Amino acid sequence: MTAEAEYAAVPITVTVNGVKHDAIVEPRTLLVYFLREHLGLTGTHVGCDTSQCGACTVHLDGRAVKSCTVLAAQANGAEVKTIEGLAGGDAFHPVQEGFREKHGLQCGYCTPGMIMTAVHLLETNPNPSDDQIKHALEGNICRCTGYVNIVESVKWAAAKMGGKNASR
Amino acid sequence: MLPASFGYVAARSVEEALELMVKHGEDGKLLAGGHSLIPAMKLRLQSPRTLIDLGTVPGLRGVRQDGAELIIGALTVHADVASSELVRKHFPGLAEAASVIGDLQVRNRGTLGGSVAHADPAADLPVILTALNASFAVRSPTASRIIAVDDFFTDFYTTAMNSNEILTEIHVPIPPAGTGSAYAKLPHPASGYIVVSAGALITRQASGTCASARIAMGGLGSGPIRAVATEIELHGKPLTPQMIAAAAAKAAQETDPVEDSYADAVYKQHVATVYARKAIEKAVERAAA
Repeated sequence: MTAEAEYAAVPITVTVNGVKHDAIVEPRTLLVYFLREHLGLTGTHVGCDTSQCGACTVHLDGRAVKSCTVLAAQANGAEVKTIEGLAGGDAFHPVQEGFREKHGLQCGYCTPGMIMTAVHLLETNPNPSDDQIKHALEGNICRCTGYVNIVESVKWAAAKMGGKNASR
Repeated sequence: MLPASFGYVAARSVEEALELMVKHGEDGKLLAGGHSLIPAMKLRLQSPRTLIDLGTVPGLRGVRQDGAELIIGALTVHADVASSELVRKHFPGLAEAASVIGDLQVRNRGTLGGSVAHADPAADLPVILTALNASFAVRSPTASRIIAVDDFFTDFYTTAMNSNEILTEIHVPIPPAGTGSAYAKLPHPASGYIVVSAGALITRQASGTCASARIAMGGLGSGPIRAVATEIELHGKPLTPQMIAAAAAKAAQETDPVEDSYADAVYKQHVATVYARKAIEKAVERAAA
């Protein structure tokens, strides 16, 4: 068998932010590179590229995952949501709004991943305690040392989504 | 970082995956959640020529009760083990261990079977599954067999499975009433892997004495280590704080820790005493509840 045949590209169909994409990918293509380089969705960032930092977090079938550690081929048939798919038209998602209101970012590099993890948290636990927020964000690293404001941002979003204390 | 080139085949059944393993032999590697394998491939520590994906095989996920056993599909992700009502009810220690692996994203993707088959000496699940007396259902192209946990982890990253076998289910026997389980872990501050951990399964008689105990220690050798002499010693003894502290000290003494870049052997053995005590205390408290 030739190397070309042995490592043959595989056809995949992935629904990203509600849009179905058919593509042919090399098996070693990581989901994050599929999103960024094939689809041009550069909102998902590559940070450490070693499953530590969480900058590449997206939702795969509704769950936050590190897209640097998932093969695009493994996402065949799945639904992916990225930071670009979060806002509804001009209206920010409450978590995006929370990060703006509570100054949850400085350089912004970790922000898409932080937000995607926080959205997953609030979908599974609408009223998290501070400890639960910190535990959930354990796999997202911020090097501007913005953790205090990030936790505040998530709390702001939780209140807004619960319809309580949505003061701006 | 990209792995070296490889071929990818999505298996549609366990039978097909077994055939693919025969076809590709040593060049093939099974892919479950990929949260140990893909990082290792990106670092070129592993370069299989073909990945056989089990993620596309139906029927390998989920937790169910079958008589006196819980049966957990090998492809069940850690987050689902941690949140399973059946697991939380019968084995809070297993839910505890599954909820402290890696981080939220890793738990959403990493699988119980993948972790067990990978047999990382610093992984959480082998330790608690040893305490819980689990067993592993594996299939080859010609046969099925069950491997007891005490025979399963044979060395660093090595199990008793043959290269033509697939782990399909993890079986955990449901213990009698008056039993509690717990898991306690000192994580490495950067990686989250075990420095030292302990799992305990304690059955308590109404009188407050120990009817049976299984205690497993992690991070101290090539795999989980059972503190067998401590288990025997606890049998029939009153589960007082003094007795638990003595048992924890004895359990730590039963190990011969391996020094690593983070912790020396003396420190690890001391920490083992602390975490064995935490696990036994919590298991006893749950047994009495």
